[in-house]
Amino acid sequence: MYDAAIIGAGVIGCAIARELSRYNVKACVIEREEDVCCGTSKANSAIIHAGFDAKPGSLKAKMNVRGSQMMEELSRELDFPYRRNGSLVVCTKDQDDKKLDALLEQGLKNGVKDLRILERNELIKMEPNLSDDVVKALFAPTGAIVCPFNMTIAFAENACDNGIEFFLNTNVEKIEKDGENFLISTNRNTIETKTIINAAGVYADSINNMINTHKYHITARRGEYNLLDKVAGNHVDKTIFQLPSKMGKGVLVTPTVHGNLLVGPTAEDIDNKEGVNTTLNGLGSLKQTSSLSVKDVPFREVITAFAGLRAHEDGGDFVLGESDECKGLFNALGIESPGLSSAPAIGEFIAKEVSNKLNLELDPSFNGTRKGILNPNTLSIEERNELIKKHPEYGTIICRCESISEGEILDSIHRTLGARSLDAIKRRTRAGMGRCQSGFCSPRTMEILEREIPMSAFDVTKSGHGSKLIFGYNKRV
Amino acid sequence: MKNYDLVIIGGGPAGLAAAISAKESGIDSILILERDKELGGILNQCIHNGFGLHTFNEELTGPEYAARFIDRVLELGIEYKLNTMVMDITKDKKVTAMNREDGLFSIDAKSVILAMGCRERPRGALNIPGYRPAGIYSAGTAQRLVNIEGYMPGRKVVILGSGDIGLIMARRMTLEGAEVKVVAEIMPYSGGLKRNIVQCLDDFNIPLKLSHTVVDIEGKDRVSAVTIAKVDEHMKPIPGTEERYECDTLLLSVGLLPENELSRQSGVELSPIHRGPIVNDSLETSVPGIFACGNVLHVHDLVDFVSKEASQAGKSAALYIKNGEKENSISLPINAVDGVRYTVPEFIRPNDMEESVTVRFRVGGVFKKCAIATYFGDTLVSKKKRPIMAPGEMEQVVIKKSDLLNAGDIKDITIKIEEA
Repeated sequence: MYDAAIIGAGVIGCAIARELSRYNVKACVIEREEDVCCGTSKANSAIIHAGFDAKPGSLKAKMNVRGSQMMEELSRELDFPYRRNGSLVVCTKDQDDKKLDALLEQGLKNGVKDLRILERNELIKMEPNLSDDVVKALFAPTGAIVCPFNMTIAFAENACDNGIEFFLNTNVEKIEKDGENFLISTNRNTIETKTIINAAGVYADSINNMINTHKYHITARRGEYNLLDKVAGNHVDKTIFQLPSKMGKGVLVTPTVHGNLLVGPTAEDIDNKEGVNTTLNGLGSLKQTSSLSVKDVPFREVITAFAGLRAHEDGGDFVLGESDECKGLFNALGIESPGLSSAPAIGEFIAKEVSNKLNLELDPSFNGTRKGILNPNTLSIEERNELIKKHPEYGTIICRCESISEGEILDSIHRTLGARSLDAIKRRTRAGMGRCQSGFCSPRTMEILEREIPMSAFDVTKSGHGSKLIFGYNKRV
Repeated sequence: MKNYDLVIIGGGPAGLAAAISAKESGIDSILILERDKELGGILNQCIHNGFGLHTFNEELTGPEYAARFIDRVLELGIEYKLNTMVMDITKDKKVTAMNREDGLFSIDAKSVILAMGCRERPRGALNIPGYRPAGIYSAGTAQRLVNIEGYMPGRKVVILGSGDIGLIMARRMTLEGAEVKVVAEIMPYSGGLKRNIVQCLDDFNIPLKLSHTVVDIEGKDRVSAVTIAKVDEHMKPIPGTEERYECDTLLLSVGLLPENELSRQSGVELSPIHRGPIVNDSLETSVPGIFACGNVLHVHDLVDFVSKEASQAGKSAALYIKNGEKENSISLPINAVDGVRYTVPEFIRPNDMEESVTVRFRVGGVFKKCAIATYFGDTLVSKKKRPIMAPGEMEQVVIKKSDLLNAGDIKDITIKIEEA
C-alpha cells in the first residue's frame, strides 16, 4: 500500500515527488513515457516569469511569485542551469501604453519586486535589437530563464534518491475507489494507494474524471517554436514579451540558458492531445509576429522547430489541492503558463497538503542536494586534465556541436533514473541538441547505449516505445 | 605546449592534400589533427565510385581515393593525431585540442590550415512541419549507418532534396532492399550532379519531383507517412497539390554548410554567401597565416577540386612559414554579379599571385547557352561559352598573372554570366 501515487512525471509531478520525499512516505510516480520530462515540460518557453501576468489573488499569481522566489536557491541545491536575465514587455507606438501601467500595477499587487517602466532611449541601450516601433516597456529584473529538462530531471533524481519509486512506461488505464483507498490499474501493474496526486498534464482531466464527480475539462493549446543556433544567442539578452493586442498574445524572443535564441509560441486550441506536430502556418507566422518586438531575428540560423501543448482548464486558473468531492485525490490540474515558474511552489503546496492529510513525519535522512552531470567546460585546464587522466572518456568528444564528451554521456546513462534513449541522453547532456541536430553523433550515441545498457542495436530508440532507429542488417529488411 | 610550423585542422581529403603539398614545399614540422578514428574524412563512408576522374583518370571509390593520399602522408612521415577534437584556435595561431591520451593541450603554430569540411543542413533549417518521430535522417547519417555500421535505417523511404548524397543514398538504399518512393526537390532544378540523377534515380525508376517539398510528417514514434506538395515560384506550397506517401523513413539532403565555428573563434572573416572564410588567391583568410581549403571554404561538387585547392593552400602556407606575411600587397576584389553567386577566392594580388589562379564559383540558377564573362575593370578579357550551367555543378575561370599585370591600373575584377 502506497501513501501516495503521483500520476505524471513532468515538472509538476517531479516537483511534488521531490517535496514529498522530505517525509517518511511510501510514494511512487507513474509515467506513461520512457523517461521523465516527456510532455509539456520538455516543450515550452523555458522561462521563469516574474509574476505580473496573473490576476491578483489567483493561484497562478500566488504560485508564480513564490516559485520565482524559490528558483535561484533551488537551482543551486539541485544543480540545474538558471539565469536571472530579466524580462521586458514591450509596447509599440500604435499600442496603448496604459496597458503597461496596468501590468505594473498588477505586478505590484502580486508582490513582484523591482518592476519599472522604461522609455525607448533607456531600452535601446539595454536591447539594441528591439524593433524601431517599440516606445516603452515594463522591465522585470526578476524574470529568468531555466533549463526545463534539467530542472525536471533534477527534481526526479533527487526524489528517487530520497526513496520515491518511479514506474516508467506505465500507463494508467483505470482507477477505482476501494473504501478509503484507490486501486490504480496500469498496463504493467496494479497500485494500491491512500492518496492520488494528479499531475497528468493535458490528460489530468481524464484522470480526475475517472473517479471524481466534479468534472474538469482541459483543452490542449498548442504552441510552436523555432530554436536558433548559438550564433544568434546574443540577439537579445532579456526575455522580450509583447503586449497583448487584437492580433493575439504575441510571441516572445528570449535567449536560453544554453545560449541559443528561442522564438515562440503560437497559440492554437486543438482537439488532439497528442498533437505536438508543428504546422506550416504556425511556423510561418513566427517571423512576422516576432518582428513586432525584435528586429532582424536571423531566421536563417534556425536549427529546429518544436511544439508543446499547454493544459488549459476551462476555469482559467490552476486547480490545486484535495478535491472536496473525492477525498484523497489531490489535483494539480490546468497547469499552463506560468506552470514551469510555479512548479517548486506547487510541489511545496501539494506535498504539505498530503503530509497534513496523512500525518507524515519529516524524514531526518532527507538529502536535498543533487549533483548534476559534470560539465567539463566549467573546469580549469588542470582540473580537466586531471579528470581525463582518471576517466579518459572525458577526453573523447561525441557531440561535436555542443562539445559533449563520452564521459558525460556515460554519466547520463548510469546515474539515478538513467537515460535509455537518444532523446533521454539529449535532454540530460545536450548531445544531439546542437546545430547539426545529432547528424554526426547519433550513430555513436547509439553505439554507447548498446554497449552500456547493454542492449541490441535494434532495440535502441529515439524516445522509447516504437521509436526504433534501425530495422536490421543490410539486405535483411 | 608544443610548437609546430603548420597545424592542419582536419584529416579529410582537404587536410591530407594540404599536408602533402606543404611537406613537398619544404615544411617538415606539420601536425594533422583529426576528430575521427581514422584519416580520410567523409570519403570513408562514400563507397560508391566516381572519385578521382580528374586527378587520376580513374574511377575510384571514396576509401580508395582517400587511401592514395593517406599512403602518401604515411610515406612522407607527416605526424597526425586521431580522435582529437580541436576546441579553440586563436588569432595568434594557438590551437587547443583534446583527446583521451593527451588530455587538453595547446600548440603554437606558425601557420594553420582550416580543413574541417562541412555538415548537412538539418530539418530545422528548412522548418519542415510535422511530428518529430524516429526515422528522419540526414542522408549522410543514413550513409554512415548503411556503409560503416551495416545497419538499415529504413524500409520505405522518401527523400527530400536532390543533393548528391541524397541521390547516392536513393540508389544505395534500393540496392540494400529498401523501397525509395520519391525524391522531392523544392527548387525547379536538382542540386546534384547530372550523372548522379541518371545513375541513381533514372536507372532505378525512382521519380524526381522538382518544385516539391515536404509539408507534413506523420508518426508519433516512427515516421508513418510523409506528405509532399508542389511549390509556387516563391517556394510556397500550393494547396490541393498534396501527395501522401506511406513510409517509415525520411532522408534529408537539403544542403551542406561549411563547419566554421572554429574559424569564427579565431576571428576569421566569413562570407555570408558561401559561409566559408573570405580568402585571397593564396587561400589565406583575413587572419594572416591562417589558410582554408576544401568544403570548409565552400562546398565543392567533386573531391578532385578539393584536393587541388588544398594543394594550393599547403603551398601557400609553406611560403608564409618561410617568408612571413607579404607587406603592402595590392589586392583586387572579384565582383560576383549577374548569376554568379560568389567566387573563391574573393581577392587576387596581381604582384604576389602564382602564374595563374583558378577562381571557382557556383551560379544562382540554371543558365542555358550562356557564357562566363570576365572583366578587368570595365574591359572584357574573356568569354567562355557554356551550353548549360546549374547550381549543382561548380564553374571556374583561370586568371593569369601576366594578363593582370598587363591590364594596367584596374581597381577590380568582375565575373558574370552573359548571353553567349
